[in-house]
Amino acid sequence: MSETNAEVNQYIKRHYEAGFVTDIESDSLPPGLNEEVIRFISRKKNEPEFMLEWRLNAYRQWLEMQEPEWAHVNYPKIDYNAISYYSAPKSQKDGPKSLDEVDPELLRTYEKLGIPLHERAALAGVAVDAVFDSVSVATTFKEKLSEAGVVFCPISEAIQSHPELVQKYLGSVVPVKDNFFAGLNSAVFSDGSFVYIPKGVRCPMELSTYFRINALNTGQFERTLIIADEGSYVSYLEGCTAPMRDENQLHAAVVELVALEGAEIKYSTVQNWYPGDEEGRGGIYNFVTKRGLCAGAGSKISWTQVETGSAITWKYPSVILRGDNSVGEFYSVALTNNRQQADTGTKMIHLGKNTRSTIIAKGISAGRSDSSYRGLVRVGPKAEGARNFTQCDSLLIGSQCGAHTFPYIESKNNSAVIEHEATTSKVSEDQLFLCQQRGIDPERAVSMIVNGFCKEVFKELPMEFAVEAGKLLEVSLEGSVG
Amino acid sequence: MLSIKNLYAQVEGKEILKGLTLDVKPGEVHAIMGPNGSGKSTLTHVLAGREGYEVTSGSIEFGGSDLLELEPEERAREGVFLAFQYPVEIPGVSNIQFLRTALNSIRKHRGEEEMDAGSFLKLARQKIGMVNLDPEFLKRGVNEGFSGGEKKRNEIMQMLMLEPRLALLDETDSGLDIDALQVVANGVNALRSPERSVLLVTHYQRLLNHIVPDYVHVLANGRIVKSGGRELALELEEKGYGWLNIDEDVAADQES
Ligand SMILES: Nc1ncnc2c1ncn2[C@@H]1O[C@H](COP(=O)(O)OP(=O)(O)OP(=O)(O)O)[C@@H](O)[C@H]1O
Ligand SMILES: [Mg+2]
Repeated sequence: MSETNAEVNQYIKRHYEAGFVTDIESDSLPPGLNEEVIRFISRKKNEPEFMLEWRLNAYRQWLEMQEPEWAHVNYPKIDYNAISYYSAPKSQKDGPKSLDEVDPELLRTYEKLGIPLHERAALAGVAVDAVFDSVSVATTFKEKLSEAGVVFCPISEAIQSHPELVQKYLGSVVPVKDNFFAGLNSAVFSDGSFVYIPKGVRCPMELSTYFRINALNTGQFERTLIIADEGSYVSYLEGCTAPMRDENQLHAAVVELVALEGAEIKYSTVQNWYPGDEEGRGGIYNFVTKRGLCAGAGSKISWTQVETGSAITWKYPSVILRGDNSVGEFYSVALTNNRQQADTGTKMIHLGKNTRSTIIAKGISAGRSDSSYRGLVRVGPKAEGARNFTQCDSLLIGSQCGAHTFPYIESKNNSAVIEHEATTSKVSEDQLFLCQQRGIDPERAVSMIVNGFCKEVFKELPMEFAVEAGKLLEVSLEGSVG
Repeated sequence: MLSIKNLYAQVEGKEILKGLTLDVKPGEVHAIMGPNGSGKSTLTHVLAGREGYEVTSGSIEFGGSDLLELEPEERAREGVFLAFQYPVEIPGVSNIQFLRTALNSIRKHRGEEEMDAGSFLKLARQKIGMVNLDPEFLKRGVNEGFSGGEKKRNEIMQMLMLEPRLALLDETDSGLDIDALQVVANGVNALRSPERSVLLVTHYQRLLNHIVPDYVHVLANGRIVKSGGRELALELEEKGYGWLNIDEDVAADQES
């Protein structure tokens, strides 16, 4: 059997397709972090006074905080003074009014990544707020959205155009003091997306943003804020991929979602950051805080994510179910390969009456990777009739990888019903042979079997995204099995 | 079509096939019978190229080329099809997706264009009708939750879709009710043609009433110990394997 494992391993060797670096000149700050740096960032962005104060307050609190050590991952200590906290593509200074004005080099980069902005966005009817390094480069479909009253723009722009909304909601779901990485993000966040859906409006299209990391030694501190006003609906897609690097890169994003009474937010992520080479060198460190607040009664927040990238992932998209009858969902596929480490999961915090949550987490481990699922379901004393269903499935490819599940349940209300199911399975030799015997490449077979395993999660993704996610898994397992 | 010469093969260091020789010409149907554990499934797995089955000597020629040189998926694309004795499940992968991937891999190999989703679906519905399975089965995961008989019919359905040149059926008749047996037989007979050959592993001569073989062989202790026409199957049914002196053969083998 050991022979088979060796063979399986041979197929899992992946080739990172998005590995290249564009040579657009960056207008970067030298490495280092202090109050002057924060003032510089705020000045560069022409921010109002309240924003600078907010950042400085966050910075001061962050200085008092400790980096978390409890996650099931290992990485060398990060020197936060060796990171540069601001960079912007040079050619963007004047700001392109249309795609024609966008640096063609940049557009080619997007194309290599399979993101042909002009065509695909138009065809799929997706509005694309493309983030290149720390500054947003192009925003499309703005007019159609503004007709519906939807605000979809870089958060730096929202700070200028809708300061009252930003001031009211920024940090309302993920407070500055929430955790070490969120604190850092709050102090130095570069840019990100802002979405506001007015009362009763169903957003006329899927909103989408693509992230990339480019300039050397530049940490990325994306900040996203989505507010769905009463009775509104929005589906937001996030996808990212990064060029091959030698040095580990830190990514510490914060995403905050607010759903008011009867509103629904669907947030889908396909994440494909450079995971490092076979020994894990050079990959992205992805420490993200994503949290949604079901603020109003009958509101709903749904996280769907497909993760294949990063050397280290530390990420727990969560939902606070404050409104009565609100609903939280978490659908996740996390694939780890080679030396990747992932510690992901979710938290469902039930505060309101009759709140319901569903967690479907699928972990796929290949090579010598290690993945952990960490889930917390907490039911507060007033959450009469709360219900949770959790299902964690792990699929192992080869015998050198690991999968761990850490479910935590804290219930302070006896009427709560909490169910948990967990399975672990392997891609079997018999399955592989059946596929081969029908003429299918073993590589293709593994990706097909893996896709089958992920089906319940993929069906939650918007159509085009589901196709992309399937392809991503295929690429991620490329060069792999045998 | 298929020419096996003096084949020796082992699994996990244990020698199972010990000097097996067999010739199958285009259009012929050969039935292989023999006691449990004699090596029938092993033979089909060796032909299909399953990992872990090591050929230590002898040769297998298929359609003029050396079969042993090919990867399992290449053999399949060249037209070798194995209907499994114990079909496995692939949860979440729909039959339709699985079959379409398989068919297009084979078509690509032949230099043909991929079949579009529409034509494929039409073909699949037609073939699944031939094995009396509801078209709903196409949407279900490969063998996922299928009954024993449904799995076997699904194997035949796959065979009809892929139209192999050499079909290896490993006890496809086991565990089938009378109607299903007829369905399987009809499937195989539908495939029969002057260019295609069938190797039928079975314990029961009743299947041979429906699929009439050109030759019947007895495989015992890793080699063919007796060959004949279809009347050999009737004789075996009547007398069992005792009269073939297989045990003496085994004893002689162990002494050597
Ligand atoms: N993986 C394996 N490891 C060890 N022994 C094996 C393995 N596979 C097969 N064998 C042995 O090889 C011998 C032949 O097995 P095979 O499955 O080919 O028999 P068969 O003729 O198909 O029997 P049946 O009629 O019961 O299906 C048996 O003794 C079996 O135990
Ligand atoms: Mg057998």
